[in-house]
Amino acid sequence: MHNVAAIFRREFASYFATPLAFVFIVIFLILAGAFAFYFGGFYERGQADLAPFFAYHPWLYLFLIPALSMRLWAEERKSGSIELLMTLPVTLWQAVLGKFLAAWCFAGVALALTFPMWITVNYLGDPDNGVILAAYIGSFLMAGGFLAIGACLSAATRSQIIAFIFTVVACFLLLMAGSPMIVQVLGGLLPQAIIDALASLSFLTHFQSIAKGVIDLRDLLYFGTTIGFWLIANAIVLDMKKSD
Amino acid sequence: MIEISHLTKRYGDFTAVNDISFEVRPGEVLGFLGPNGAGKSTTMKMITGFLAPTSGTVRVCGHDVQAEPLAAKARLGYLPEGAPCYAEMTVRGFLEFIADVRGLRGERRRSRLDDVIGRLALEGVLEQVIETLSKGFKRRVGLAMALLDDPDVLILDEPTDGLDPNQKHQVRTLINAMARDKIIVISTHILEEVDAVCNRAIIIADGRILADDTPQALAARSPSGRLDEVFRSITQGARGTPPATDAALEAAAHA
Ligand SMILES: Nc1ncnc2c1ncn2[C@@H]1O[C@H](COP(=O)(O)OP(=O)(O)O)[C@@H](O)[C@H]1O
Ligand SMILES: [Mg+2]
Repeated sequence: MHNVAAIFRREFASYFATPLAFVFIVIFLILAGAFAFYFGGFYERGQADLAPFFAYHPWLYLFLIPALSMRLWAEERKSGSIELLMTLPVTLWQAVLGKFLAAWCFAGVALALTFPMWITVNYLGDPDNGVILAAYIGSFLMAGGFLAIGACLSAATRSQIIAFIFTVVACFLLLMAGSPMIVQVLGGLLPQAIIDALASLSFLTHFQSIAKGVIDLRDLLYFGTTIGFWLIANAIVLDMKKSD
Repeated sequence: MIEISHLTKRYGDFTAVNDISFEVRPGEVLGFLGPNGAGKSTTMKMITGFLAPTSGTVRVCGHDVQAEPLAAKARLGYLPEGAPCYAEMTVRGFLEFIADVRGLRGERRRSRLDDVIGRLALEGVLEQVIETLSKGFKRRVGLAMALLDDPDVLILDEPTDGLDPNQKHQVRTLINAMARDKIIVISTHILEEVDAVCNRAIIIADGRILADDTPQALAARSPSGRLDEVFRSITQGARGTPPATDAALEAAAHA
């Protein structure tokens, strides 16, 4: 456990070693706010809640999370520091977990810094803070899912750009899996059972159901298994590719 | 003690390391000599557990590197080729991280950090970001990292490559100072280095061991008594031929 903590600390601190962390957080906050106000009609709706704010998180994450995850392993492989890390007395698992948790925490910090939105709605009206808390939890879990995918794909290449592009594509497919558009297109082609299964894999469906304020065990389980699955894949890919 | 038995590594059809076996005992400073592409780094990566062998085993201090990687890695200090580091960290931050991962605590942590910082003369650059250091200092940071936990076994892949003559001399002095009770394996293609620091040399080419002797005995194989001539005749004579026996080596040396 102390190894996970050591790797976590190093990784987390490394975000702040360059201005990149601040740039990321500023862009995230500006976009999160802008989407909510301009597209979501945050004021015009005349309702005191954060639904228009959270509605755009999946699309924000689609581009911002891959930017966060792309360097996780690709950079280690490119610089060769992975050889140093993997010959220290740490297990593959400790390394995978430490790095993932650091990235997730960083995303959590960015998300937490949106608290002025929450203060604003509480100042303007009388929102259901339970629903808001649930949506924050859902958003954080979704970020974790995206990050786990990004970490795995980052281990598959030495190039951060390629890791970024593959992660965007993979996350886009997972987001869209349950969308009406895909369901309609596939409707004529595939049996209903498969379409339902695909839809149940969608990030969007699970996030939206949590964001409504209902924290269902199935949704938690979904994000938990998604993260677990991609982290296992991350470890396997890393083991195969680390020395290429 | 390092025990290497029938170690082989293949990349597809290409055999980078071909059925090599040897042992290294405490007090030995083994020079791993060979032309570029001979398989030196690949062998070292398998000793340190970074690469899994295609076949064969490596034991470090009694621990099989594949079966008990953590126990083996805890006894090993390794400087990979080119001394990769976390470039964005400060020297102090980097060494503290290594100390964390190696589980160094309390008094021992402080004394080990002081020891490597003093030994490698890093006091003046502790707060500097590694990226901004000169090549010589970067290499010293890498060596400090490898030495931090006072390992029983030290594996150094081309530790002096790319350094200027003074820096090379410093690194060799450092290795000599540690040689007594440790196992040290250094790879190089610089022959003078073997004379300067090693008490045993293995010559490897095309993934096979071609000679294993003291530097003096190897040099004596050539009429001129020069190690570089022996090296040239052994490694060039071996290209594409089956594993050289000592008889073949003798013949090569007398040719
Ligand atoms: N990941 C890899 N894939 C394919 N071939 C490799 C790989 N790594 C090393 N090789 C090949 O293995 C041979 C030995 O390489 P290496 O051990 O690095 O040599 P040395 O360190 O003695 O210069 C070289 O011919 C090299 O091209
Ligand atoms: Mg090499």
